[in-house]
Amino acid sequence: MFSLVQTIGRTTIAVVSELGRMGWFLVYSIYMIVRRPGSPLQILKQIKFIGAKSLFVIFLTAAFTGMVLGLQGYYTLAKFGSEGMLGTAVALSLIRELGPVLTALMVTGRAGSAIAAEIGIMRITEQIDALETMALDPFKYLITPKFIAAMIALPLLCAIFDVVGIYGGWLVGVKLLGVNPGAYFYEMEKSVVWKDVYSGFVKSYSFGVIIAWISCYKGYFATHGAEGVSKATTESVVMTSVLVLVWDYFLTSVLL
Amino acid sequence: MIKLTNVHKSFGAQAVLNGLCLEIPDGQITAVIGPSGEGKSVLLKHIIGLMKPDSGEVEIDGESIINIRRSKLNGIREKFGMLFQNAALFDSMSVFDNVAFPLQEKTRLSKSEIVKRVNSALEHVGLRNVNGKYPDELSGGMKKRVGLARALLLDPKIILFDEPTTGLDPVIKRAIHQLIKETHEKFGFTAVIVSHEIPEIFDIAQNVAMLYQGKILQIGTSDEIKNSTHPVVKQFISGSLEGPIQLL
Repeated sequence: MFSLVQTIGRTTIAVVSELGRMGWFLVYSIYMIVRRPGSPLQILKQIKFIGAKSLFVIFLTAAFTGMVLGLQGYYTLAKFGSEGMLGTAVALSLIRELGPVLTALMVTGRAGSAIAAEIGIMRITEQIDALETMALDPFKYLITPKFIAAMIALPLLCAIFDVVGIYGGWLVGVKLLGVNPGAYFYEMEKSVVWKDVYSGFVKSYSFGVIIAWISCYKGYFATHGAEGVSKATTESVVMTSVLVLVWDYFLTSVLL
Repeated sequence: MIKLTNVHKSFGAQAVLNGLCLEIPDGQITAVIGPSGEGKSVLLKHIIGLMKPDSGEVEIDGESIINIRRSKLNGIREKFGMLFQNAALFDSMSVFDNVAFPLQEKTRLSKSEIVKRVNSALEHVGLRNVNGKYPDELSGGMKKRVGLARALLLDPKIILFDEPTTGLDPVIKRAIHQLIKETHEKFGFTAVIVSHEIPEIFDIAQNVAMLYQGKILQIGTSDEIKNSTHPVVKQFISGSLEGPIQLL
């Protein structure tokens, strides 16, 4: 009985400490973004890495997501004789929900894991310690450029995802299944309002923060050699993906 | 002067530093020797503020570095240079960029002046035509020399060496020791060297401190430690299997 209480107590303290450390990491990162955001060149390099290099996977995912939405949407709407609403269904699903979430999940897999591994290797090979011994703040060189880049790249990638996805839906709905092209775009234009675009933007922006936060945090506190880096990378991908979905639900309920 | 008073540090249940007291005099080379896993690298990380003690005091030139603001700690760190065990070169940067990095970030020198100073620092450690190479293209000895060039570049008052010659062949080992000795004579910095290289370390260090079971067991001049009658120090220096130092 006593050992059970001990275990619960120890676990609780460990979880609370970890959450506190994560919270501190986020607050200090934001403080550093305001105080010393790092060099523009570093930020551009990170935008290229997180944003430009994710374009191919975003194009591919967006195209097939839009095509599946077109296919599923068509057969569902056809049951009610509302095939003309396909453009609206595809666009709203993408702009409000699937665009931000799938973009975030793809960037997590491609760039988030690489960020955690890169920073983790720098930690275990004492490169971060070397920066500190030179009286240079590692956040300025390693963390803030990634935060800023993720916050810029995610909304842009999401916008590309939405557009490509809408054309994917158009390809299947209009070109393959014979939906009226005018109705596809006209209904879409009529139904999609600024609030939908805004909510998608808020989501992708905050997902950018989550990806940078968790990936950098896990890498920054990596320990125990190659195995530790591999653990940090896996944990960063899993935790970011779960947090993106949880935060998505929370934001949807607030923004709806 | 570097002064550590009653420093305790534990990792979980394992006490690594256990009431350690040490004073390191200015302008001299002090070597810290002791069996592996006794906390010599941990000691160096306490001196430069990379680790905080559980209790105790660490002072640099009379100023405590415990529980001070990061900006103030960085001000104190300006006095330091450090050569890490594996050199800790930035692996995404070339040799030139690695050495130039502190100059680019901390000075307003012109590009041509930086090039001049980096080339001179690399030549001083015996490296030529390596500017464009990356750390993974260098041998262990070359990495250490690049690390030394980087550590020396801002003329620090104190340089910490974490096992600067571990894993190197005898010729390179001697060359690095010679380099440390020569640069010390030239620049007069305070040096703290963590090393296992016995007896070579006695030739370059003026003072030697023996770390054992989390405390400084004995400190003295090289000759005093070399001729110590303390059974632990004697066994460590002779490398004998018989004595108070137990392997397990």
